[in-house]
Amino acid sequence: MRRRKLKDFLAVQAVRMSILFLNFVVFIIVACLFIKAKPLLSMHSFVHTVFSTNWHPLNGHFGFYPFIIGTLEVTGIAMVIAVPVCLLSAIYLSEYGNKRFREFIRFVNDILAGIPSVVYGLWGVIVIVPAVRLLAAYFGIQTSGYSLLAGGVILAIMVIPVIISVSLEVLMTVPAEARESTLALGTTKWEMIKHVLLRSSLHGIIAAIVLGFARAFGETIAVLMVVGNVAKVPSSLFDPAYPLPALIANNYGEMMSIPLYDSALMFAALILMFIVGLFSLIANLTLLRIERKGG
Amino acid sequence: MKRARKIEEQVFKGLMVFSLALILLIFCGIILVVLIKGAAALNLSMIISVPKGGYYLGREGGVANAIVGSLYLAFGASLVSIGISLPVAFALQKEFIKSRRFSIFSRLMLDVLWGTPSIVYGAFGFVVMMYFGLRASLLGGIIVLSLLMMPIMIRSMDEVIRMVPLEMKESAYALGTTRLETSLAVILRQALPGILTAVLLAFGRGIGDAASILFTAGYTDFIPRSILDPVASLPLAVFFQIGSPVPEVQERAYASALILLIIVLLVSVISRILGKRFSKHIIK
Repeated sequence: MRRRKLKDFLAVQAVRMSILFLNFVVFIIVACLFIKAKPLLSMHSFVHTVFSTNWHPLNGHFGFYPFIIGTLEVTGIAMVIAVPVCLLSAIYLSEYGNKRFREFIRFVNDILAGIPSVVYGLWGVIVIVPAVRLLAAYFGIQTSGYSLLAGGVILAIMVIPVIISVSLEVLMTVPAEARESTLALGTTKWEMIKHVLLRSSLHGIIAAIVLGFARAFGETIAVLMVVGNVAKVPSSLFDPAYPLPALIANNYGEMMSIPLYDSALMFAALILMFIVGLFSLIANLTLLRIERKGG
Repeated sequence: MKRARKIEEQVFKGLMVFSLALILLIFCGIILVVLIKGAAALNLSMIISVPKGGYYLGREGGVANAIVGSLYLAFGASLVSIGISLPVAFALQKEFIKSRRFSIFSRLMLDVLWGTPSIVYGAFGFVVMMYFGLRASLLGGIIVLSLLMMPIMIRSMDEVIRMVPLEMKESAYALGTTRLETSLAVILRQALPGILTAVLLAFGRGIGDAASILFTAGYTDFIPRSILDPVASLPLAVFFQIGSPVPEVQERAYASALILLIIVLLVSVISRILGKRFSKHIIK
């Protein structure tokens, strides 16, 4: 009996240690990146670093503005494309489609979510980039096709599975009574969706969008392959951009040879971690609350 | 009035069908393009040989180094992640952690890790490896990749472990078993198919990730002999070869992408089959 208890005690302690380790990992990643980024921040103020457009690492100028704008714009374009498509699809799946169709789309969605980002990038190079080039030529603009728009389209495709699966789950938690009592008032199905379904699941849908945004914000390889990577604030959809993750991925080779460069790249990683962490925290808190209310 | 309402409904329904059609079109487009382009460039020597002299100018060789490297990385990282994820997933249940606050806090930290971009793991891993004087190697790749896979695994394991019916646990406890015994004999067995699915899901995610191992695993034309050697990987093979100006090398990028895609799809099919087969122990 005592041996069993001892074994149990040891196992429980081990399990508790493991969860401390999990929490510790988050802390240590942030601390590590912060320590590495500190030399840069002690040179210039945070505001100056973030809002300066002067990016000349060799002269010690690290202005992140073009990269931050590049990231925001690529992500923004992706969201503008993906959000309507995802919401309309999720509404159809939860309200109109039958169960078999829903399971089929879920299956497709799972596969889309599992496709490696480098494959998306390759597909972007083969399909999206030439398409963007053609589109630009139609408007009379000369471009290589490696542009903000190409990056946005690829990102949109990549976040579709995230937004659909979360928003579908949220829509399915709305109780059937809410639907039926509205329909009983003589509304059309669409009116019920517009006035009751979407309103009652608004928070969850926003959480789904925020999660998609967070996923898009940190996506690296696929975007890097199609976005052009020029460190300038883009002035049109067909201009190349240079998002933060691409900046880190492209320059780790040189970062040890130029003073403060490593610090600048870790600052970029810290910004990514902070924004993505904050957004997924907010989204997940919201979803947690919905789950608790529904369950 | 009535007609306007009907028309509005029809318009939106049309848009919904259009959105779904678009998604299916994109899905088929991706699979078909990679399949057609890749199959044209794929041959046996691509799979079984390592790059030979002049490979990057379009001469003889294959990506066996990357295939083997990717499998090493993903298997190694899966083993490490299972070792950490399984206890953590149990720890998130209420038998082990009494404080509800702490358990919610840990779940939120897990969500943060889950959302953390792989490039951040890569950068973090690089910093840590610099600190310890490690160069890019299989070991570094495995460590960073397990950081990436761990949250995915824990999250889906937690979901299945939470689904184990309370009555089953309570009847086990009523027989006087300890928490460890219940966990191993009842919960683990009941949740096994889900746990396998979780492992394979993370495996598929890990084997396809490029950004995290870009700094930490390196790239080499050889199959690594020791855990401290640099290692090639399929995602990076695709990434580097598509950037080449030589058309033959670009075609090899298509072939490598096809191999990667097949592995990922295979893993997802296996996980579905295993999920069904191992469900015979499930009682409810």
